[in-house]
Amino acid sequence: MAGDNRPLKVKIENVVKKFATRRGEMVALNGVSLDIKENEFVSVVGPSGCGKSTLLNIIAGLAEPTEGHVYVDGQEVTEPGPDRGVVFQQYALFPWLTVEDNVKFGLSLKGVKDKEAKKLVEKYLKMVDLEGFAKSYPKELSGGMKQRVAIARAYAVNPKVLLMDEPFGALDAQTRTQLQSELLVTWEKEQKTCFFITHDVEEAVILSQRVVIMSARPGRIKEIVDIDIPYPRDQETKLTSEFLKYKNHIWEQVYREYLEVRK
Amino acid sequence: MSVQKRNKPNFIDLIPNPVWMIISLVTAFLLWTLISVSEKGGVVFATPWEVVEKLIAKGSDGTLWPHIGFSLFRVITGFLIGFVVSIPVAFLMGWYQPIRNVLEPWIQFIRNIPPLAYIPLIIVGAGVGEQAKVIVIFIASFLVMVVTIYQGVLNVDTTLIKAARVLGAKDRNIFIRVVIPASTPFILTGARLGLSSALTTLVAAELTGASKGLGMMIQKASGYYDMATVLLGIFIIGIIGISMEKFVQFLERRLTGWQETIGR
Repeated sequence: MAGDNRPLKVKIENVVKKFATRRGEMVALNGVSLDIKENEFVSVVGPSGCGKSTLLNIIAGLAEPTEGHVYVDGQEVTEPGPDRGVVFQQYALFPWLTVEDNVKFGLSLKGVKDKEAKKLVEKYLKMVDLEGFAKSYPKELSGGMKQRVAIARAYAVNPKVLLMDEPFGALDAQTRTQLQSELLVTWEKEQKTCFFITHDVEEAVILSQRVVIMSARPGRIKEIVDIDIPYPRDQETKLTSEFLKYKNHIWEQVYREYLEVRK
Repeated sequence: MSVQKRNKPNFIDLIPNPVWMIISLVTAFLLWTLISVSEKGGVVFATPWEVVEKLIAKGSDGTLWPHIGFSLFRVITGFLIGFVVSIPVAFLMGWYQPIRNVLEPWIQFIRNIPPLAYIPLIIVGAGVGEQAKVIVIFIASFLVMVVTIYQGVLNVDTTLIKAARVLGAKDRNIFIRVVIPASTPFILTGARLGLSSALTTLVAAELTGASKGLGMMIQKASGYYDMATVLLGIFIIGIIGISMEKFVQFLERRLTGWQETIGR
């Protein structure tokens, strides 16, 4: 890829994750290694149960690997921390806090002064186009708006890495495309290392510089595809032959895995 | 076909709620009057005007107020102690499994015993004074509240805890800034159930021997076959109950208005 002398941001080293179940041991991840460069946008696709969410939880520090290590900026991950922001599929906004207090949550934990926090909240609410909703409660927002608040909340603490676990999975098709476009703009403006999980191949291709295809049970990396489509990309990009070539190839690989699982 | 299209609003749908309230009151009043003037019903129920007369008589000679005052004091004191104790116990049970495993079966066991059954134990232990009554009400309301609140603590959405952790929250932050607010609806529901069980236990508690109190007033009056006073006491307890309920509902609207509700 062009310009790949960017420094290494996340190093995933031979990660194995086993779960004890009633029927014995279940291997969710079987030796996953991946390097993510600074400001890179990497997506992971694969059939359900391929361990992609488990991998994200391990990077976030919400789960511990059975074997292997994860490093962010050379520091081993042992617990969750504000250097790794997470956007969850279920939005996970605090329903008792207003939109602005949700975005402020991480800032106050970091000890950011009130005045400065207020400025940051304003900035990131503007980024997701929700300045007018600062005083609203989550229950007053649509799904798409909630997820935008969650993205602003993750950005506000200025994490080194943004981890997104199927963030648009619960949204309708139209809102999803809209949020994809917004995320593209945001990512280009506010350079950030992104690790994005999805089961939507089209979404992975339009957003990412690299798409990681995972195989199911036990989860392993099957193939990594470099998406050599220049930015800025938009919804029109989805109509180009290059895009379709990537999409078809990745879709076929994922579909094969899906058939494997069903066997 | 039973399904009909109705374009015109039904006559019944047009009646506003306050009017329904009046209709309900008038119906009950008529029914009460009818029963109280009948031969058999009259033995049990005093007439509405007899009860009103009693209220005026007891209100103006001042004998009614100490009964209400003592009862309210017992209910509120017992409830408040129960509330203050139940919150930390419920959080400990929700947070630490060993504590839960040891305490829960006993709380469930005692909760199902009517307070009347263990009143003798309390009289022997605490005498017949105010203390005993407050203890009975405390136990009853505490048990209901602790069960409700700890279920709430257990059901705190784990995604919210994860979200707080990735934003940098430590255990202490999570407790104060996530678990407590997330449990507030359950705390208030617990308070409502606790108040109602405190009131339910009041009459039983006042059986431990009291010179004042609504329960005692009812007891004594029934001894003299003074059914008007009995009804008056019952009504006052009912009014206290519904006022407390309305008060907690008011708090719920103020404190937990952020909750997603089904419908409107």
